[in-house]
Amino acid sequence: MANQFDVIVLGGGPAGYECAIRAAQLGLATAVVEREKLGGVCVNIGCIPTKALLHSAYIAHLLSVAAEFGVEAGPVKTDYGVAMKRSRKVADQNSRGVEFLMKKHKIAVFKGTGILQPGRKVKVGSDLLEAKKAVVIATGSRVKGIPQIGLEINKTTVISSDEALLLEQAPASLAIIGAGAVGMEFADIFNAFGVPVTLIEALPRILPLEDADASAELAKSYKKRGITVIAGAKVTKATVAKDTVTLDVEVGGAKQQVETAAVLMAAGRGVNTENIGLKECGIQLSDRGFIKVDRTLQTTAAGYYAIGDVAGPPMLAHKGSREGVVVAELIAGQKPHPIKYDNVPSVTYCHPEVASIGLTEDQCKDQKLDYVVGKFPYSASGRARGTGETEGFVKILREKKYGEILGAHIVGSHASEVIHELAVARENEYTVEEVELAIHAHPTMSEAVVEAALDSLGRVMNI
Amino acid sequence: MATKVVMEALSPTMEEGRLVKWTKAVGETVKSGETLAEVETDKAVMELVARGDGQLLQQVVTEGATVPVGDVVAYIGAPGESVATATAASAQPPAVSPQPAAISHPPAAASGAATPVAVADATRVKASPLARRIARETGVDLKLLQGSGPGGRVVRKDLEGAAAPVPRPTSPVPQLPSPVPSLLVADSGAPFEDVPLTQIRKTIAKRLATSLGPVPHFFLTSEVDMERAAEAREALNRQLGDEGKISFNDIILKAVALALTKHRACNAWWQDDHIRYWNEVHLGMAVAVEDGLITPVLRHADRRPLSDIGALARELAQRARERRLKPEEYTGATFSVSNLGMLDIEQFTAVINPPEAGIVAVGAIVPKPVVQDGQVTVRRRVRLTMSCDHRVIDGATGATFLKTLKQMLENPLAMLL
Repeated sequence: MANQFDVIVLGGGPAGYECAIRAAQLGLATAVVEREKLGGVCVNIGCIPTKALLHSAYIAHLLSVAAEFGVEAGPVKTDYGVAMKRSRKVADQNSRGVEFLMKKHKIAVFKGTGILQPGRKVKVGSDLLEAKKAVVIATGSRVKGIPQIGLEINKTTVISSDEALLLEQAPASLAIIGAGAVGMEFADIFNAFGVPVTLIEALPRILPLEDADASAELAKSYKKRGITVIAGAKVTKATVAKDTVTLDVEVGGAKQQVETAAVLMAAGRGVNTENIGLKECGIQLSDRGFIKVDRTLQTTAAGYYAIGDVAGPPMLAHKGSREGVVVAELIAGQKPHPIKYDNVPSVTYCHPEVASIGLTEDQCKDQKLDYVVGKFPYSASGRARGTGETEGFVKILREKKYGEILGAHIVGSHASEVIHELAVARENEYTVEEVELAIHAHPTMSEAVVEAALDSLGRVMNI
Repeated sequence: MATKVVMEALSPTMEEGRLVKWTKAVGETVKSGETLAEVETDKAVMELVARGDGQLLQQVVTEGATVPVGDVVAYIGAPGESVATATAASAQPPAVSPQPAAISHPPAAASGAATPVAVADATRVKASPLARRIARETGVDLKLLQGSGPGGRVVRKDLEGAAAPVPRPTSPVPQLPSPVPSLLVADSGAPFEDVPLTQIRKTIAKRLATSLGPVPHFFLTSEVDMERAAEAREALNRQLGDEGKISFNDIILKAVALALTKHRACNAWWQDDHIRYWNEVHLGMAVAVEDGLITPVLRHADRRPLSDIGALARELAQRARERRLKPEEYTGATFSVSNLGMLDIEQFTAVINPPEAGIVAVGAIVPKPVVQDGQVTVRRRVRLTMSCDHRVIDGATGATFLKTLKQMLENPLAMLL
């Protein structure tokens, strides 16, 4: 039977395709069903193309200050269309890379919308696939508008990141609703491309899930760059005209209006659980709309697993990928190490970058933990001064008695890279002492981690 | 380059060892695996073997000295090699004084500075730095924990709940019951005599404190008629003739093992967050040795013929007294029996060996007047007292086990059921 496999993965995003690769590595006959391009949102309309655009933004910013560094670049002209096309090329390359990986691991790829059926079967068009061992649901998530206030995505004046990534030219002005990672990154991009940007966040501060110090640092930096930041704001009404949108915004009782050429909805994502046959297979959803899974990521129907965004937060590619690997190993009869959900790094790639792991200081307070803050500003780092990137800091929350690293928060250039030594440290239960004992090369941004560790021990050196 | 020979942990609980005798002299050629010295551990006299080839360059420790696990006791190197570290080491008083724990810079010597080759530290326990720190500050012995991290690494989670002064034995840790009366100490005529603790005495002291204190004991006593068991024993011994003898103790051991197969609830380990019910019966048998006691284990006691139990029990007891038991021969019991009948104790209570949940204390078999069919007759009777860990065994559970045991002994044919 040609359509029989050990494992069928529904969805070829970072959770699904990594699950398939691991399953294939373990000798399981594996199929992936994908209705769009392999790589999913991450590769095609998420992580990867935005990083390409953010680099364009970074170059535009560098050129604007180049003269200070003795480099005369002349007047800087930006073209969002060109940057967009480059980002598409990068995304396509990556998607083709995933296709190659599927071939390399002899994973069958079915293009089409998969519908689950009882008995571990998946229908794709006229094909009926059957899994001997398990079906893995990795259908991911998509952007969601806020129709309640008249902000339904119309793809012209009210857009989501999906459209923003394909714009031929930058809008005349832009209001971004939601100052999480997506909103922050697009604010950075469009600001660099000369678009007046208004960033609106309902919660009291931008990057509401990050440490309050990180939010404050970014608010300061964005203001300096001319991005209008309105936090604690409620959009009460939206009037959508042909090429303008008027937003009625309420902040602490005071009302104001924001006129803009376009609105980018960067608040909230919805999971793809509709019309894939969940109910028919007895797969239940949680109160929050995610697929209900147990500790082994198995759904309420035996033989059906869920991974990635559909299986619950945090909706991050790297969390989904790990779940994919773990599920593949479970299906193959291995005993994988359990996922530490409290040790998933979170990164926002705006400038300066924000990266974090573990608890925020507020969470430490809420949990009544006995902690010490160690903090080191990049303004005191030789490397950061050299590159003119002195914004930001490394902040480590150290448990007072045993030195456990409760959380770490980095704002600054390359924060997305520097965070991982703290991820490794936490995963292996190193205390701040072990981090400090490892000799760090000089001069590097990572030295700030050592200094923050030392600061938490009351013996910071270079400040 | 000289290789350090360190005192190894020859048993799971060993923290220090007494070097009883060097079996290789300085200058002798040594091959990997060859015995270098005899070491008295907390449990037995065991062999310290070489981990590398070469010549025994130096004995750092004199015979009779006690050395913490992990400390250097000797150096092995190329024939004729003069070792800087060896010279440095010999300057140290031998015996208990530990070598510098970590020599990252070998002492400078006139001849080429010899770097001590790193030798796997026998005391090494896989644990995260955080777990080590918590263990150090809460006094938990990491060696007693089962790690749940990668490759059995002890992580913080494993220490949760163990941060009490009592370590949690989750692995088969050798245990020692206390029923044997204390040792005879030579009377020197002085009002008192301070006798240093032997390794075994230290372990007994440590282990017992983790039993009667934290383990909620209760005791059940039953008097058992041994007349028919005696008849069966005589008949069997007549038949065996010269092939060996079956003792009352053998019969009791066999009966306990068989009764446990019918009462799995008593054949269990308390594991703090769960109870492990054993499907195999490994019977611990308390044996008094010269300066303490030890519990060799009769593996699969329920499946062994009586004659086999007898032979094995005597062989294990003999080797226990010679302190020649291997660690696997005194660990992993699922239940234990202690017998002080030979010392004319009629009844006593034994201390449970955690994580086991019960132990049966066997008294002396004594003729007693009993009322049978309205007549007073004399019967041989034995008193069995079962100590139960109430966390695992409830009163009625223990009592029904004891009843089965009693039935088996009073009617040995019942063992065939």
